[in-house]
Amino acid sequence: MSERLAVRKTYKLFIGGAFPRSESGRSYEVTSSKGDFLANAARASRKDARDAVVAARKAFPGWSGATAYNRGQILYRIAEMLEGRRAQFVAEITAVGGVGAKQAGDMVDATVDRLVWYAGWSDKIGAVVGSANPVAGPYFNLSSPEPTGVVAVIAPQTGPLLGLVSAIAPVIVTGNTCVVVACERVPLPAITLAEVLATSDLPGGVVNILTGSAAEIAPWLAGHMDVNGIDLTGADAELAVTCEELAAENLKRVLRPPAGPVDWLAEPGIGRMTAFLETKTVWHPIGV
Amino acid sequence: MFEYAPAPESRDIVDIRPSYGLFIGGEWVDPQGEDRHKTVNPATEEVLAEVAWAGEADVDRAVQAATKAFPVWSAMPGAERAKYLFRIARIIQERSRELAVLETLDNGKPIREARDVDLPLVAAHFFYYAGWADKLAYAGFGENPRPLGVAGQVIPWNFPLLMLAWKIAPALACGNTVVLKPAETTPLTGLAFAEICRQAELPPGVVNIVTGAGETGAALVNHPGVDKVAFTGSTEVGRLIARSLAGTSKKLTLELGGKAANIVFEDAPLDQAVEGIVNGIFFNQGHVCCAGSRLLVQESVAAELLEALKRRLGTLRLGDPMDKNTDIGAINSAEQLARIRELTESGEAEGAERWSPACPIPDRGYWFPPTVFTGVAQSHRIAREEIFGPVLSVLTFRTPAEAVEKANNTPYGLSAGVWTEKGSLMLWTASKLRAGVVWSNTFNRFDPTSPFGGYKESGYGREGGRHGLEAYLAV
Repeated sequence: MSERLAVRKTYKLFIGGAFPRSESGRSYEVTSSKGDFLANAARASRKDARDAVVAARKAFPGWSGATAYNRGQILYRIAEMLEGRRAQFVAEITAVGGVGAKQAGDMVDATVDRLVWYAGWSDKIGAVVGSANPVAGPYFNLSSPEPTGVVAVIAPQTGPLLGLVSAIAPVIVTGNTCVVVACERVPLPAITLAEVLATSDLPGGVVNILTGSAAEIAPWLAGHMDVNGIDLTGADAELAVTCEELAAENLKRVLRPPAGPVDWLAEPGIGRMTAFLETKTVWHPIGV
Repeated sequence: MFEYAPAPESRDIVDIRPSYGLFIGGEWVDPQGEDRHKTVNPATEEVLAEVAWAGEADVDRAVQAATKAFPVWSAMPGAERAKYLFRIARIIQERSRELAVLETLDNGKPIREARDVDLPLVAAHFFYYAGWADKLAYAGFGENPRPLGVAGQVIPWNFPLLMLAWKIAPALACGNTVVLKPAETTPLTGLAFAEICRQAELPPGVVNIVTGAGETGAALVNHPGVDKVAFTGSTEVGRLIARSLAGTSKKLTLELGGKAANIVFEDAPLDQAVEGIVNGIFFNQGHVCCAGSRLLVQESVAAELLEALKRRLGTLRLGDPMDKNTDIGAINSAEQLARIRELTESGEAEGAERWSPACPIPDRGYWFPPTVFTGVAQSHRIAREEIFGPVLSVLTFRTPAEAVEKANNTPYGLSAGVWTEKGSLMLWTASKLRAGVVWSNTFNRFDPTSPFGGYKESGYGREGGRHGLEAYLAV
């Protein structure tokens, strides 16, 4: 009797809560660092990127209008679901090569912990960065943070899971929705993460994940007039300049790539959240 | 309507020199080039003075002076920096009458506004940020937040000295040094501020003032020695600056255009709303980026509100800005007047109905009467583009959802107004508006403790309050 043949997974895009192939029919070969075939990933087209922006825009009112408590609960749920798939992520990360099972396990654990950390921020960030302002007159005056809108995330090219989640979580916990361009060389954990997101009560369209060429997809998003912000963490220097120039057209909020290598295991601080928060100040007279 | 006897403010208090150089390294210096231009009183077209338009070499000299001053200023204990800023605030208070007259002469705004709004806010802004200089460790940006270095700052002509205060006070409090370029049509109060820095004995090079137009501004923001760029002005120029800073490590904050909706619900106190609408769009001749230029009024009260509004506009006094009774002063420049005319002509051409009160216009100077357009569609240019003049576009709505939809139907997001007596409706509307400042049952209020700045294409970053420190710290 021959050995059972494995049923392989088809890796597709994640748009609006669904898993479509690229409308272009394009795919690219994902290999391990030794060159072994791992999968054919979808190579997202401009149309896919635009569809993802439409899905993110559609999800924005509901997600930004949800209570902070609810968003925190859902991020915590993502952590729970991710924990349950620990072995699968370890297998996917080690299959690429260069990382042992122990190190891959540590990365998955840190990813779960990162989600739990951000989950707790949902109903605290407003108290930390908002303010009641003592204006010189009979007015109530309150400043509070609000999400920027639709954010494009060029995911880090290192840290295919921990880096990816460390970029997505701060964007969505405050109420933004996003379109993510996954790490080009190691995209498979991103799509498996999409399966986690799809089963975590996260409304469809809050996170949309595209695989393919960052150099190709990022400029489409950077120049898109219905995208409000862009995180260029995963863009190389040349791509980052191109994207920042395109982003100026509708004055997107730009998070520039870090100056040096990032230690994704370190506590991140609140900068990735505040990069995609607006401050709204409301005035009202006080009187009888 | 009562007739008022003229009550002109005296201009004797100001001493305008015939010609000004650049303020660099604590000294008045001559520019390297011969490029000099006249600044005029827009109410009379009288030449007030001649100022230099700085070239690249002059800007370079100013940036070098600021760079040289940075180690000393940034290393100075915060409490000492604070005392310099308190000194400046006090001198502004002491000279506020003179500065108000100078502002009115150069800008065309009514003396009543320069005196009662601009100058008190300028002094308050320096007082406010003076107090932060030795308390930065408590501001929420880490235990030892560091300044950025040299700030290149470019400001507009609508609130010349106030915009200078919004830029310079937080920059200095955080330990940065600055090179500031005032607008080419309103350089005089910025140059007077240079004298104030000397009176305060501010160390040389901490504040440098270079006058000029767009090319001077471009040379400043693109200078490699500048670490931080702050710009207030048009969205068009803001875009250019954002693009030119791509790939640099310069930090950028932009406070740009607006097309604010002022929403009046049917239960609003209409008399108060009328005052708010007038203040929203006719304050400072409508030369206000956060002006309430789109009135959205609920259909059921539209006729009543418009009648009351027109009656009120009939009492506004347009004319000599130096007269203390004047409500509406001069348009700042011939260029701006041409732009307002062009846009209002498009309003008529596109089918909106134009109305202005009977309003005598002076023979000389640049003037535009308060103007209201009704029957405006969202597609009209006067509903979409920033006019930056005393022109109100009126649209109507039936439901709160429609009001919010229309209010947010703009690439801008600087400010908005809401008029209703119902608290829950006010808070619901405020939460749905995509704008950085929401005035409810009031409009055009400003305070140094209150963060100001926009969403979307109205720019990014905040000025004022604790939030305003972030733009000038390495965080």
